[in-house]
Amino acid sequence: MLFIVQTALELGVMYALVSMALYLSYRILDIADLTTDGTFVLGLAVSVSMAAAGHPILAFPAAMAAGAGAGFVTAFLQTRLGVPSILAGIITNTGLYTINLMAMGWSSNVSLLRQETVFTMFRTTGIGGSWYELVLAGAITVLAGVLLIWFLGTKTGLSIRATGDNRDMVKASSINPTFTITLGLCIANALTALSGAVVGQMQKTADINGGTGIVVIGLACLIIGETVVGRGAVWRGVLAVIVGSIIYRFIYAVVLRTGIVPIDCLKLVTAVIVALAIAMPSLKKYFAFQKRKMAASRRKGGQ
Amino acid sequence: MLTLEHVSKTFNPGTVNEKKALDGLDLHLEKGEFVTIVGSNGAGKSTLFNAVAGSFYVDEGYISLGGRDITFLPEYKRSRSIGRLFQDPLRGTAPHMTIEENLALAYQRTAKGAAFSRISRKDKEFFREKLSLLGMGLEDRMRQPVGLLSGGQRQALTLLMATLEPPELLLLDEHTAALDPATAEKVLELTRAVIDENKITCLMVTHNMHQALELGNRTLMMADGSVVLDVAGEERAGMTVEDLLERFRAGAGRELDNDRILLSE
Repeated sequence: MLFIVQTALELGVMYALVSMALYLSYRILDIADLTTDGTFVLGLAVSVSMAAAGHPILAFPAAMAAGAGAGFVTAFLQTRLGVPSILAGIITNTGLYTINLMAMGWSSNVSLLRQETVFTMFRTTGIGGSWYELVLAGAITVLAGVLLIWFLGTKTGLSIRATGDNRDMVKASSINPTFTITLGLCIANALTALSGAVVGQMQKTADINGGTGIVVIGLACLIIGETVVGRGAVWRGVLAVIVGSIIYRFIYAVVLRTGIVPIDCLKLVTAVIVALAIAMPSLKKYFAFQKRKMAASRRKGGQ
Repeated sequence: MLTLEHVSKTFNPGTVNEKKALDGLDLHLEKGEFVTIVGSNGAGKSTLFNAVAGSFYVDEGYISLGGRDITFLPEYKRSRSIGRLFQDPLRGTAPHMTIEENLALAYQRTAKGAAFSRISRKDKEFFREKLSLLGMGLEDRMRQPVGLLSGGQRQALTLLMATLEPPELLLLDEHTAALDPATAEKVLELTRAVIDENKITCLMVTHNMHQALELGNRTLMMADGSVVLDVAGEERAGMTVEDLLERFRAGAGRELDNDRILLSE
């Protein structure tokens, strides 16, 4: 049992960074950024390759810079070249497959054997005892969250938030939406890549298919978190993604152990949950309308 | 101050929907002038505003503001010196951000640098003071999202945001038309006060002929993408709505075909 809790918490905080990125791109900028899958693998690939080369710490800024680069490409396609935003993400994502293979030395799988990772380095400090992985991963996620909250309160951060909220108003405030969208997507993808970097070094392996469906899982975590924590201020959103991500990993672990749902079906279940959650406002409207129609016909029939 | 020289704009050129929205329009505004504009639907009033604000680039002619050629300056750069209010009160504010955050965005409009600065205590004091001038109690709701405000409150806030740093030019595009009469009156009162106080050069589109003659110090009438009537000073002071319609007929060579203008008090 304790093992399940520990694993769920660890995975939860590490993958929370992906949801944090989606909070920025999907919730704040109102852009469904499908670069996410590829960017996550890019983070994995850069991080593990760098650690394999003996630079486990440098791996983090490198992975984030690579992620920001991917975000820049997506942003450039949609703001400058008029590619619809969803398609822009898919195009970058497709291209990233090759880039990711390249980053892993043209191999679909890279593993760390005896090389140092930030986790093995951190273990020697003795902080956190046998929970040292959770302590380190948690610290990284919390630090990223605090920085994001701080950033979104600055003038530049406010401009990014306004861009997703009211494009007209942004132009009238002498803010260039091209710039704010680009900056927002760069930061979001840097966060996604950071998530990949942490996961890669903890699991000591990078796989070319390691990011499949991560955008949907990230959205599921975001939605679960918002249901529990609520929506509104930025700090609430950041807290929501961490809580949501941990809850998702608990559900995942329980399903894995008990076998209520075959583990092979979990992606389908996740997809259905996300589709339903995003469809909720439309579904509510539909049922309210049907109810009204029924009530109206009853009244008519009663006359 | 503001000069438009022979400005033309055609929408959907070469199609059945071709529409010459601005046709060789010339206009010059002196500093501190408050100009009201009337005209039928499709006369080019909003197109004129879009051309000045930079929502699109004009096909011909050139536009200058304060001696600078702004013909090809992008919209977001022009907004450093041009404030604008639309008819739709929802267009000027970000609904999911607080009143304070909206004001902070407007406040940094003219400022350079300080990209990572946050809303300071001094800023908040300043916002509070300005909000209290609106007399709507918004100064006590600064941390609430703007989406919770009424249309009138949002339009008043937009006005405040546009004039927080007095712009060189203020464009008002029927900004009270979507509000209920009492709120419209209030927002108009605020508009007048803020323009007088800061001596802002202003262009205002209205469909209300009385308002057009009563407010400001110059009135333009537009038809088919150009200015057909331009009155100011003595001549304007003695004018009635009937005179204005008469002059329009003479200028445009036809009746003013807009019920909304003719019927409104």
